[in-house]
Amino acid sequence: MTRFLSLTEADRKEMLDTIGVSSIDDLFEQIPAAVRFDRELALEPALSELELVTHLEALAARNAHTGAELSFLGAGIYDHYIPAVVDAILSRGELLTAYTPYQPEMSQGVLQAIFEYQTAICELTGMDVSNASGYDGTTVAADACFLAKHATRRSKVVLAEALNPQVRQVVKTYAPGFGLEVIEVPHRSGVTDPDEFRDACADAACAIFQQPNFLGCLEPAPDLAAAANEADALAVAHVDPVSLGVLEAPGAYGCALAIGEGQGAGNYQSYGGPHYGFLAARSEYIRRMPGRIVGETIDAAGRRGYVLTLQTREQHIRREKATSNITTNQTLLALAGLVHLSWLGPEGLRELGETCLALGRYAKERLQSAGFEPAFPDRTTFKEFAVRVGRPAGEVVTEARRKGVHPGYALGRDYEGLDDTLLACVTEKRSPADVDRLVDVLQEVAA
Amino acid sequence: MELIFEKSRSGRRASTFPRYDLPPGEVPDELRRERPPRLPELAEPEVMRHFTELSTRTFGIDTGFYPLGSCTMKHNPRVNERVVALPGFRDLHPLQDEDGIQGALELEWRLQEILAEVTGLDAVSLQPAAGSQGEVTGLMLMRAYFADRGETERSEIVIPDSAHGTNPASVAMAGYTLVGVSTDKRGNIDLDDLRGKVGERTAGLMLTNPSTLGLFDESIDEIQRIFHRAGALMYYDGANLNAVCGISRPGDMGFDIVHINLHKTFSQPHGGGGPGGGPIAVRKSLEPFLPVPAVVREDAEEAARFRLDYDRPKSIGKVRAFTGPFGVFVRSYAFIRAYGPALKEMSEVAVLNANYVLARLKDAYELPFDRLCMHEFVLSARNLKRAHGITALDVAKRLMDYGFHPPTIYFPLIVPEALMVEPTETETKETLDAFCDAMLSIAREAEEEPELLCEAPHHRPVGRLDEVKAAKRAIVRYGFEDHPDLSAEPAEAEPRQLEAQKGA
Repeated sequence: MTRFLSLTEADRKEMLDTIGVSSIDDLFEQIPAAVRFDRELALEPALSELELVTHLEALAARNAHTGAELSFLGAGIYDHYIPAVVDAILSRGELLTAYTPYQPEMSQGVLQAIFEYQTAICELTGMDVSNASGYDGTTVAADACFLAKHATRRSKVVLAEALNPQVRQVVKTYAPGFGLEVIEVPHRSGVTDPDEFRDACADAACAIFQQPNFLGCLEPAPDLAAAANEADALAVAHVDPVSLGVLEAPGAYGCALAIGEGQGAGNYQSYGGPHYGFLAARSEYIRRMPGRIVGETIDAAGRRGYVLTLQTREQHIRREKATSNITTNQTLLALAGLVHLSWLGPEGLRELGETCLALGRYAKERLQSAGFEPAFPDRTTFKEFAVRVGRPAGEVVTEARRKGVHPGYALGRDYEGLDDTLLACVTEKRSPADVDRLVDVLQEVAA
Repeated sequence: MELIFEKSRSGRRASTFPRYDLPPGEVPDELRRERPPRLPELAEPEVMRHFTELSTRTFGIDTGFYPLGSCTMKHNPRVNERVVALPGFRDLHPLQDEDGIQGALELEWRLQEILAEVTGLDAVSLQPAAGSQGEVTGLMLMRAYFADRGETERSEIVIPDSAHGTNPASVAMAGYTLVGVSTDKRGNIDLDDLRGKVGERTAGLMLTNPSTLGLFDESIDEIQRIFHRAGALMYYDGANLNAVCGISRPGDMGFDIVHINLHKTFSQPHGGGGPGGGPIAVRKSLEPFLPVPAVVREDAEEAARFRLDYDRPKSIGKVRAFTGPFGVFVRSYAFIRAYGPALKEMSEVAVLNANYVLARLKDAYELPFDRLCMHEFVLSARNLKRAHGITALDVAKRLMDYGFHPPTIYFPLIVPEALMVEPTETETKETLDAFCDAMLSIAREAEEEPELLCEAPHHRPVGRLDEVKAAKRAIVRYGFEDHPDLSAEPAEAEPRQLEAQKGA
């Protein structure tokens, strides 16, 4: 197999001569015989490029993607329209195949792109500073807790139960290593009660809620942030970037940190990754931020340029005292987000949000008139909502899929008392006619 | 070059949406956005031009030789980009029903099997998002393993002084205490130092092998005996796995937990900083603690069926969403299937290339450990500094004038003026020779025309940037009308660079 290898036999011989050994095996004499691998790797034979494509096409064909059925799945990963400019830019080999920009003179393009991404995230969230990206919307929550622990010297974190279950699970997985105790505040009919939240926040390092929350409802976010602030806990909002053309920015209602899953802005669903998490903060936390940060500076001729900065926070300098162990992040996915947001502009982002809102309202009303009651009738929603389907939601999903419609996520997997409840998501990619079809199929299945 | 925000003009936009004739949705006033975000306003042509220009100011492996030590910058096959964009992968929702994700689960299961074979271990979780997260996940496994055995007094992790900074940072995040161990004169772990540091309080060792010096630890067998006799575990940092595929397996070296950097050894393009992938492979005894869900295969009557197993009561939990960065798995799986068992040849050629470049350069630069290397090696510019005041940084910047991306510099920390070179297996001999010629020429220039080096680079969009100013001023976002003009401020006599530039 040499299609990725460029050395000829003559090259190899000449190179071995230069090194002064007689065979490639001689190069490995430093490996003790006891730990040498003495057989061939038991891997399937090499595939030609054509065979490889055929094999992967066959695997891909066994997946039901969102173009193959009419899907109303959301629950954290969203089928938003990705403009063609995103694909075009991401296929640029220079951007695709660069490493982390350790040498700024070779990497001004990617460094400037990260600086612009940081600016876009700050604008979206109303924050002062953003890092260059985290792994995803779950790990940035763990990062926020680690930051808050060191900023407050407290050892408890508060999570709203209406925060994405996977986000909570990741925080709980990291918590023992961080030395943190995790408290959860239950939802009350779809939203978090600010008084309960305030009580839980006593002596907490931070408190995380989601807007719109996992159940689709708009939280009383300003009240929740105020509740955390009253207890001197860092208020952390987990937000959907696509919502921030119509929903208020966390910075405007007093949050210390804004975090979230970036996927909806610029990334395909890709069975859950790779995507990017964003983490933005008020300026007072800048030196406690995890991950890469790009800053502006000048060269000797006064020309503007960009560098990785504030590196004394980071693992390669601070080692065990670093603010995080992260090195590789999700730059390419964050770049996709920046391109998408640049394509949208402020007016496009607002229009996208309004489109989701209007479609969501239409879907809720159509379902309600067909006899499907909203699970949380008094709540405002954005692009997702919880609806009762009158029987176990998992069964409804299975039967609806046989009719070519994936009606949403069965909430009983994560929440008590919601076994008959679906979380349905309507993005701009679903038309009113698509919603009508969802209603028809649910009626057939529920009957 | 202007920022995209500086190109913005009110009233321009690139996006359009379908108009549905629907009544608007409602948002309570107190939750509605008051002031719109100042995203850039451009029509599509300028969006394309802006990012295209940014790409031309970026150097990737597609642009040229990129011997960035410890980063394994090899060619990224383009067929991998084609297959990852198949709708069945790209547009697949992670919460789709199990019968609608059989192809994805099969791919993940197959990749797990491959990684188990390559590492010589029993069970694999693909979930961690990058090498660093693989590390902290591995340490969480250790914690869970010892808690399960009631050995809660084990609180220390041993790490050699040549380690990546991620190792100690991961130790801290996992709640462990760091115990450092030194390197001996041949570049191996100093066994005398080690013996006194391993005991009842030791949870494990974290080791990169070959090390960040590009050297295989010749005492690995004795090291694993020391740890296992003490009841401790061995963690393998897979950053340098590209040296040993099919040649020596971490499991056979005695390691119990391994992370694999899919964006290094298995060719996931690094995208200017990520994504990556950091699967972990473990011995059977650690399998119950792996993150959920596990991807498992069940042999049904007619055909194999794959499912997600959440029923793992001893699991540490989850370290990221869903099953991991799936698109990365597609690319790495495709990469490995293109090689098959010839992955061994991949590693052989990587080691051959590194030794060839080393052989050509070792008389012009200092070689702190005079041995054959594995897939990378570390030289020191100490001789140039002593004789001519030329630093590793100067050498790196001058290499840019010759059209090469510099090697990693000032890492590992135990080698002063370090230049860490990793050519990888995909280069031609002509490219390696051109790089060697450039390095030799630079060594001569250091003597004859040192100012050429001190003022380098000469042909990039910017010269050396003032990193001290960047850190002090901390301008980390565009400030619109309040954005400062640094060029109008009095310049420092010499732009100041920080030495440490290396992560992993």
